[in-house]
Amino acid sequence: MTEHEPEALNVAPGEPHDSMVSETISYVVGLGLALLLTAVSFWVASTGVLWGPGVATGLVVLAIAQMGIHLVFFLHISSGPDNTNNVLALAFGVLIVLLVMIGTIFIMSHMDANMGPTPEVMNLQMQH
Amino acid sequence: MSTVSETPAIGLTHGGSEDTGLGQRGPQSKSIVVPYGFWLFVLSDMVLFSALFASYASLVHATDGGPTTAELFDRKLVAVETLALLLSSFVCGLAMITAKRKSMAWTQIWLLATGALGLVFLGIELFEFSKMIGEGAGPQRSAFLSSFFTLVGCHGAHVTAGLLWLGTMMAQIWAKGFRQDIVRRLLCFSVFWHALDIIWVAIFTIVYLIGTLP
Repeated sequence: MTEHEPEALNVAPGEPHDSMVSETISYVVGLGLALLLTAVSFWVASTGVLWGPGVATGLVVLAIAQMGIHLVFFLHISSGPDNTNNVLALAFGVLIVLLVMIGTIFIMSHMDANMGPTPEVMNLQMQH
Repeated sequence: MSTVSETPAIGLTHGGSEDTGLGQRGPQSKSIVVPYGFWLFVLSDMVLFSALFASYASLVHATDGGPTTAELFDRKLVAVETLALLLSSFVCGLAMITAKRKSMAWTQIWLLATGALGLVFLGIELFEFSKMIGEGAGPQRSAFLSSFFTLVGCHGAHVTAGLLWLGTMMAQIWAKGFRQDIVRRLLCFSVFWHALDIIWVAIFTIVYLIGTLP
């Protein structure tokens, strides 16, 4: 077994590796996919042919897909063994982001629904 | 790919092993540790933005009789903004590729293009803000507008800081060449810049597109 370089086991996030051509192709593919998803997002938002109530969910899905494209093609986050640390940090970040967002939206919408629009209603709720 | 001759798997008990907790090869080189630490910062920045998104989502309907999302936002402007920032992110990647090959001219050209596209984005955003404030839809108008200006303004402030950073990086590369520490800083900048584009994807979807749905 040859002496391996420490760099071969871990890569920094965002660090391009490989040849110049394949690196450029990676960015071009990423740009193409991101442009495609952006275009689809704007089309979905403005067209009338889709089922209205589902459009917002679809847009969120498209946005998450585009974030994945950015992570893979621009930030070079991969499933390779040299990327484990970066992926673990990302996973923890995603966990916290989801907890904060879903938790807040869930709790605040319920509080909003339980708070009446007028002070009279609020008083009624507080009386029992 | 298993080129590493691992010690026998002994779990967490380090009985008799010489494991220092830093791995068999000692600590990682600076070129790994510094961008990794910066990656952690970027992720914590995303946590900060998630709190701003959450407050925006909670307050988006609290318009206090003032203008609503559908009345305020212009999708065409947002499309141009999105395109400018996406291309800026892409060109920043090209700059990283040429910087790795120590090509001074191309690196400076791509970085200049990155900054120019960033300026286009920032210009449109400032135009939109000043137009809204001129129409009486400033951050003090309603809870919705307060949270809108906080969220989008925070992203804009990040882009502004990124542009200043970009300028200093161009000067450093010009003056000091592709020294290892300079390239490391440039890598951190590119991570920051790509992350800003990721956050913008969430903003244009949640704030602008969902906000202007019929």
